Amino acid sequence: MSFAWAKQYEPQTAFTKWLDEKLPFPRLVYNAVGAGYPVPRNLNYMWNFGVLAGFCLMIQIVTGVVLAMHYAANAQVAFGTVEHIMRNVNYGWMLRYAHANGASFFFIVIYMHIFRGLFYSSYKAPREMIWLLGVVIFLLMMATAFMGYVLPWGQMSFWGAQVITGLFSAIPLVGEPLQVWLLGGFAPDNAALNRFFSLHFLMPFVIAGVVILHIWALHIPGSSNPTGVEVKQESDTVPFHPYYTAKDGFGLGVFLILFTTMVFFLPNYLGHPDNYIEANPLSTPAHIVPEWYFWPFYAILRAFTGDLSIPFTGIVLIPAKLLGVIAMFGSILLWFFLPWLDKSPVRSGHYRPMFRKFFWFGLIPTMIALFICGGAPAEEPYVVISQIATAYYFLHFLVILPIVSQVEVPKPLPFSITEAVVGKDKPGGTSGGGAIDAGSVVEGLPGTATDGSLQPAE
Amino acid sequence: MSIRLGGILFGLAITAVLVLWSLLPGAYNYAFGPAPEKQPSYAFYEHGEGPEAGFSFDGAFGKWDYAQLQRGYQVYKEVCSACHSLKFVAFRNLQELGYTEAEVDAEAASWTVPGIDPATGETTTRPGEPTDYFPMPFPNSIAAAAANNNAIPPDLSLMTKARHDGSNYVYSLLTGYGEPDPEKAAKVGFETPPGLYFNKHFPNVNIAMAPPLAVDGQVTYADGTNATIPQMATDVAAFLTWTAEPSLIQRKQTGWFVIGFLLFATVLAFLSYKQIWAGIKPKKG
Repeated sequence: MSFAWAKQYEPQTAFTKWLDEKLPFPRLVYNAVGAGYPVPRNLNYMWNFGVLAGFCLMIQIVTGVVLAMHYAANAQVAFGTVEHIMRNVNYGWMLRYAHANGASFFFIVIYMHIFRGLFYSSYKAPREMIWLLGVVIFLLMMATAFMGYVLPWGQMSFWGAQVITGLFSAIPLVGEPLQVWLLGGFAPDNAALNRFFSLHFLMPFVIAGVVILHIWALHIPGSSNPTGVEVKQESDTVPFHPYYTAKDGFGLGVFLILFTTMVFFLPNYLGHPDNYIEANPLSTPAHIVPEWYFWPFYAILRAFTGDLSIPFTGIVLIPAKLLGVIAMFGSILLWFFLPWLDKSPVRSGHYRPMFRKFFWFGLIPTMIALFICGGAPAEEPYVVISQIATAYYFLHFLVILPIVSQVEVPKPLPFSITEAVVGKDKPGGTSGGGAIDAGSVVEGLPGTATDGSLQPAE
Repeated sequence: MSIRLGGILFGLAITAVLVLWSLLPGAYNYAFGPAPEKQPSYAFYEHGEGPEAGFSFDGAFGKWDYAQLQRGYQVYKEVCSACHSLKFVAFRNLQELGYTEAEVDAEAASWTVPGIDPATGETTTRPGEPTDYFPMPFPNSIAAAAANNNAIPPDLSLMTKARHDGSNYVYSLLTGYGEPDPEKAAKVGFETPPGLYFNKHFPNVNIAMAPPLAVDGQVTYADGTNATIPQMATDVAAFLTWTAEPSLIQRKQTGWFVIGFLLFATVLAFLSYKQIWAGIKPKKG
């Protein structure tokens, strides 16, 4: 599963030779993230976030496993054991702040990773499976983060659990019993806290498993790149190690500086003060908000203030709450269809003038508006702004993107990655290259190799 | 192919219509519906800014002022502890305020904590020991509510983290008592309900807690500091910042060390990145 010119692993010592015969683990690493993995030479820093996301997952698992040694998932004592970690456990405050802010930074990194994929159309053939697995990882992350936020058993933990499980009660007929079944009671209590802890411990390992599939799927076609033109020849690539290990190492350093600045100087900035008040079922906080990374989706949920009814009859087809729930889940499930909604043969947003305008002046402002509205109280003007933004969000993916991909005239693509970087490359000069003018490259779907690009699996 | 494309577009158009249809009632209500009413009390709320000089622990290079923390502890002990618990703090933690071990022993012994008679096994009280936690002022929440006009005095261990801008909030709340502007109150028909007190820095301005710091000199400081109301409020706000996060200063100091190391490592990583890529970067022109 690699390009023909990929370097081959050659064990040097007697031990590595022995190991290579019995369990070729060093070979696997060498081919996955070592010198044996040829990567396009023109990746920019937006291609750094996949590695950073993997690093975030490791931070979360390591800090989380240690925190679990000192935490007790019991509604009577959970809040107190978190304070025990903060006050009595050696460097417990650092572990907990790293874990709490680690979740936020994980989402920052993942959002950058997703927006990279959206702008450069990384979801298009032959990389649909990578994208689909990525959406699965994102959904698993959201579930894990939500359940993790419940564990400190503060006011926002409790009322967040109440609101989010309450979403299931919107499902017709089975909704109410389903919510009771999910919580193990009529309100969040010990049963809910215990199962959330169990699942919060389990799911990071499920995520790690899907991450392995995600990387496996990535290694079939190889990484995409900012031009969107597939790799054609050896001069288009460099070995992952040392070129991208060095570049990602620098990116990791910058990431860690930002991360530790939050952990050590503003650890509660991204949290909510109400979560330092112990859960109290008899006192509802004035303003229930989820963590910041859910705000855009929370805004979509709350945008639906009216029932879907037949005009002038008063017959309610779908109540507002259910509409909101459908829209919120739909807004992410939509991403599963993205590879087939965007039919443009050109991948990179740099060569798609119309798509680029809708991306920067449509989708990005919409996401910012949804983010702000999701964190704001449910009052005007936020409600109406979130309604406009929600409408645009769905129109963008379901209507604008398919139409743009049909009517847009893309800019001419470079012949190869080498040409894009160096400025010149001879068509037909190397293996796989065909005499092709830039205009014809846009015909046909990428990955179907009409432009003569190589498929590493070949 | 064209039929399939048409079908997709038709489906998308229906989806778009459904989305707009379900969003329209809200937009209509916004444009033509009645404006939401706000309670008159909100007109009197003012955001508290905290003490003018700020706190010694503010900022990235902040430090504890140990004399201030000890004064704040004295205010808690003599004023707040009558109603408010401090359940996550143990007497042994007081050593972090600059008290010696012997002083902590003596301080712990000055508190009465629940105990068990070793001879009979009956519940009793005994002097505190360093390993004990601060005692609860009321036996249970019903007793706390009954003694305080039906409002339960909250635990103060985490108060400065449980409120937005907590240290400044505690200071402002303690100095925010007074009377509402009579003209404004008459205009909107605002009156402080019986049994409650007006406090312009409390979110709904009617607070059940009577002014805890009523007069200057209410506490006689051991170090001779003049105990004005703002001074006592500042000191106890500082003390409660410590109870909420004893590791605050250690955290910031560790942070400088960690970031210094990471800056160094990142510069090295950048240089090695530049060197490794030197041979592969395109020569311009």
